[in-house]
Amino acid sequence: MADVHLGAEQATEAERAAVDAALKRYGADPVVQRRTERLAIGGTARRQQRRHYLLPALHSLQNAAGWISPGGVNYIGEVLLVPPAEAYGVASFYDLFRTDPPDHDGDTVHVCVDAACQISGCEELAASVAAAGGHVHRSPCLGQCERAPAMFVQAVGGPDRVPADEPADEDGDGAGYRLPQAGDPGLRLLRRIGVADPASLEDYRACGGYEALARAVEMGPEAVLAAVADSGLSGRGGAAFPTGVKWRAVAAETGRPKHVVANCDESEPGTFKDRVVMEQDPFAVIESLTIAGLATGAAQGWIYIRGEYPLATARLLGAADQARAAGLLGPDAAGRGRAFDVAVWRGAGAYICGEETALFNSLEGFRGEPRNKPPFPTTHGLFGQPTAVNNPETLINVLDIVTEGPEAYRARGTERSPGTKLLCLSGRVRRPGLYEVPFGTRLGEVLDLAGGVTGSGELQAVLMGGAAGSFVGPDSLDLPLTLEDAREAGTTLGSGVVMAFDTTVDMTAVVVRIAEFFRNESCGQCVPCRVGTVRQHEALVRMAERGELSAQRREMLDDVAQVMGDASICGLGHTAASAVRSALDLGLVGAGSGAGLGRN
Amino acid sequence: MDGSTPVRLTIDGQEVEAPAGSTIHAACEGAGISTPTLCWAENLTPVNVCRVCVVELEGSRALVPACSRPAEDGMEVRTDTERVRHSRRMVLEFLGSGVDLSQAESLHAWMEHYGADPDRYADEGHPVERISEPVKVQDELYVRDYEKCVLCYKCVEACGDDAQHTYAIAVAGRGFDARISTEFDVALPESACVYCGNCVGVCPTGALQFKTEFDLRQADQWRPEEQTVTRTVCSYCGVGCNLDLHVQDERIVKVTSPSDHSVTSGHLCIKGRFGWEYVHGE
Ligand SMILES: Cc1cc2nc3c(=O)[nH]c(=O)nc-3n(C[C@H](O)[C@H](O)[C@H](O)COP(=O)(O)O)c2cc1C
Ligand code: SF4
Ligand code: SF4
Ligand code: SF4
Ligand code: FES
Ligand code: FES
Repeated sequence: MADVHLGAEQATEAERAAVDAALKRYGADPVVQRRTERLAIGGTARRQQRRHYLLPALHSLQNAAGWISPGGVNYIGEVLLVPPAEAYGVASFYDLFRTDPPDHDGDTVHVCVDAACQISGCEELAASVAAAGGHVHRSPCLGQCERAPAMFVQAVGGPDRVPADEPADEDGDGAGYRLPQAGDPGLRLLRRIGVADPASLEDYRACGGYEALARAVEMGPEAVLAAVADSGLSGRGGAAFPTGVKWRAVAAETGRPKHVVANCDESEPGTFKDRVVMEQDPFAVIESLTIAGLATGAAQGWIYIRGEYPLATARLLGAADQARAAGLLGPDAAGRGRAFDVAVWRGAGAYICGEETALFNSLEGFRGEPRNKPPFPTTHGLFGQPTAVNNPETLINVLDIVTEGPEAYRARGTERSPGTKLLCLSGRVRRPGLYEVPFGTRLGEVLDLAGGVTGSGELQAVLMGGAAGSFVGPDSLDLPLTLEDAREAGTTLGSGVVMAFDTTVDMTAVVVRIAEFFRNESCGQCVPCRVGTVRQHEALVRMAERGELSAQRREMLDDVAQVMGDASICGLGHTAASAVRSALDLGLVGAGSGAGLGRN
Repeated sequence: MDGSTPVRLTIDGQEVEAPAGSTIHAACEGAGISTPTLCWAENLTPVNVCRVCVVELEGSRALVPACSRPAEDGMEVRTDTERVRHSRRMVLEFLGSGVDLSQAESLHAWMEHYGADPDRYADEGHPVERISEPVKVQDELYVRDYEKCVLCYKCVEACGDDAQHTYAIAVAGRGFDARISTEFDVALPESACVYCGNCVGVCPTGALQFKTEFDLRQADQWRPEEQTVTRTVCSYCGVGCNLDLHVQDERIVKVTSPSDHSVTSGHLCIKGRFGWEYVHGE
C-alpha cells in the first residue's frame, strides 16, 4: 500500500540537483527506493513524514526549469512518495507554478493589476515591460501598493527579485519602504524601522530587542498569557479574534506536539504592512513568535510567507540564523530548557493560503483548500495538532505588552480597541505608505496625515479593509477607526487597508476588478463560492458594458451574495460580495453612476 | 464514542434523540426529515464541499453542513427556514448553470422542490460560463465526461484514502477551472489507474460512466427500468465480495456492490467490476 506509481518521463540532471538541494536545505534527506522503473516503494508512515516538503520541492523545480515538468513530478514521487496526480493537483493550484512548458525564456514579470496599481498606470507598465521583451503575467496585489504600479520578477535559475527593493530606487530613500512618520516619538510598532539595521542582531538588541523574551522567561508562561489577555490584544489579520483566548486554548492542550505559526501570507489587496515589518524589523517577528511558543508551550514555530516577498524571506532567514547562532533559537531558546525553533515555508501565489486552515494544508503539501471548522486550529491545526496562528502585526504587539505591562499598553487606543494600528495608505493620497496610529484616530485625520487626496483633490470613496472589506463615502471621514465603530458603521478595519479614490477614478472598473480577483482566487472547493464568484463577476462585466444594472440583475446579485455569505466554507466566500455590495449601495457603480469600462 | 449516551437536540422544533457520534444529517434522517446531499456518501469520509445539505444552527452565524457536523446535546437546528431554502436552491441553481445535470438523477426532485432555475443567470443572449470539454473515451471500460462533473470529490476519495489507495486522480487547477485530473491530464491507461471502477461506482452525476452504459445511452438503448439486478458472490478470489449484476436484454450492463456490505463497502477490484466482460467473450 502507498507504493507510488510513476510516469515514464525522467527528470533532468538540473531538476534532480535542484530538488536534492532544496530537500537538504529544508532538512530532509533524499532517500530513493525503487522496485522497478515505474514504482517507488513507500508505506503510509514514510509518505506522511515527507509530504510537507512538497512545496519547497515544487519551488525548486519551478526555479530550475521554469515549469513543473512531468519528469520533475516523477522525481518528486520517487523521493517524497507523493503520487504524481496529487503533486500535479497541488502544483496547478498555485499561480507561481506552471504545469505546461513555458513559451518564453527566462524571467516572468508579474505586474499587479489590483486597485492601487489599476489607478496608477499598471497597464502602461505592463505594456512597457512587454515592449522591452519581458514576459508579463497579470498578477493580483503584490503587497507593494504604496509604490504602485508594482512588479515582481520571478526568475529561472537565479533568485526572484522586486525591482523596487533594489538600492537605486529613484525615489531617493533607497530603502524600498515608505514610512512618512519616521522619527515620530509616538511610533510603537514601527519605532525600530530605519533605526536598527534589519540585518544585525546587535543593532536590534541595542534598540531593546530580546528584552521582551528575557522578561517573558522570567514571568513564565502563565503570566505571559495573563498579560496578553489583559492587554485586550486582538488579531490584526482581519478577524480581530482575541489573542489571549487563542493562546490560552493552545496552552491548555497537552500530550501532543504544538505549533505556533506566523501568518505572513499577506495577500489582501491593499495590504503591505507585514512586508515592511518583516523586511525592516525581522528580529521582532522571530522574537515575538518565540514568546508565543513559550506562552503556549509550542516548541515549533513556522513562518508561512507569500512567495512574492523575496526580500522579507531573506531577511527572516538571516535573522533566524543569527538568532540561532546566539542561542535565541534552539534547545534553550524559550529559557529554562524550553526548546524553540522556527522554519520558514514559502507560499506560491494563492490569496486563499492566508486563511489559516488553507495555510495548514498548503504547508503540509496539500492543495490550499480551507478546512471546515470546527474543529478549530487550537485543537486541530497544523498536522492535526494544537496550533496558534497569528498575523505578524499581532505578534509584535506582544513585545510591548510583555515589557511595559498590559496597563501601559492600554493607555493607547480606546477601551474596546486598545493599542495602535498599522494602516496601509494607498491610492490617491499625497504620501502613500505605512502609518501607525492609536485606535480611535478618525479616518479624515489619517487621510490628512497622508497629505490629503490627490487627483481632483476631492474624495469619492475609501476602500476599507481590502477587497474583503467595503467602500465608504466622504461622509465617513469622522469615523473613529476602532473595531467597534467600524463594525457599527457596517465596515471593517480588516487588515488595515485605507485606499483612497478621488472623483476622477472610474469606480466601475475598480469594482469589476475586485469581483475578478475573487473569481480568480476562489479555491473552488465549495459550490457557493466557486460558482458564485463567477456569476457575480459576469454580472458586473455586463453592467459595465451596458452602463446600468437592472433591478432584476441587482436582485440576482443579492441572491448570489446571500448564498456566498451563508453557505460558503470560509471567509473568502463569506466576504466576496462585500466590497461589491457596498459600491452598489453607495451608488459608486450601477444605476446613474455613469458606469462604464473607461480607463483610469 | 460507541456505548456512550445518545445526544438530544431539537430539529425544526421537534425533540430528537440520536446515537452518540451521529451527524446532524443522520439525526435528521432518524427524525424522518430528509436532507439533500451530493458530496456525502455513507462509504466515504465527508468532504462537505457541495453545501446542498446546509442547515441553520442556533448560535452559528453561517449555515452549517448537516452531512459532517456532529450532532451535540442542546443543538437547535432548523432545516426549512427561508435562509436554508435559499442556500439549497442557489447551490442547485449554480450547479445547473455550470454543468450538465441531466443524469444527476438524485438532484432532480430537489431542484423542483426548491424551485431552482439554472437558466436565470444568462443575460439577454449573453450566456454564462459553463464547463465545456469533450468526453474522454480512452479505453473500453469507462468514460469520463467532465461537463457533468460537480466536483464532489467522491471519485478522488474512492481512488485514494477511502478505498483504493491508488491516487490515480486528484483535483487540479483552482476555482471554476478546477477539474478532476490525472497528472498532466495523461490518458487513464498511462496513469496509475488499476481499473477498479470504484470512482465510477460513487459518481453521482454520470460524469464517470461504464462504457457499456455510455454506449447504450448513445444508442438510446439504456433502459434502467427494464434491468434486473442479481446478487452474487465474486468467484475470482477468496475475499467474498458481493456483486450486483445489472442485466438488460440478457446481457450484464453494469456491476456494482452494495455500499453497506461489510467487506466491500461498495468498492470492488477490476476482476469483480469488469471480469464479466469475459463472460460475454469480448
Ligand atoms: C481568504 C482569507 C485570507 C486571509 N489572509 C490572511 C493573511 O494573509 N494574513 C493573516 O494574518 N491573516 C489572514 N487571514 C486571516 C486568518 O485566517 C487568521 O484569522 C489570522 O491569521 C489569525 O491571526 P490573528 O488572530 O493574529 O489576526 C485570511 C483569512 C481569509 C478568509
Ligand atoms: S469559500 Fe471559496 S475559497 Fe473558501 S473554501 Fe469555499 S470555494 Fe474555497
Ligand atoms: S478506476 Fe479505480 S484506480 Fe482507476 S481512477 Fe477509478 S478509482 Fe482510481
Ligand atoms: S467525476 Fe463524478 S464523482 Fe468525480 S468529482 Fe465529478 S461528479 Fe464527483
Ligand atoms: S501591489 Fe498593486 S494593489 Fe497592492
Ligand atoms: S452533502 Fe453536505 S456538503 Fe455536500
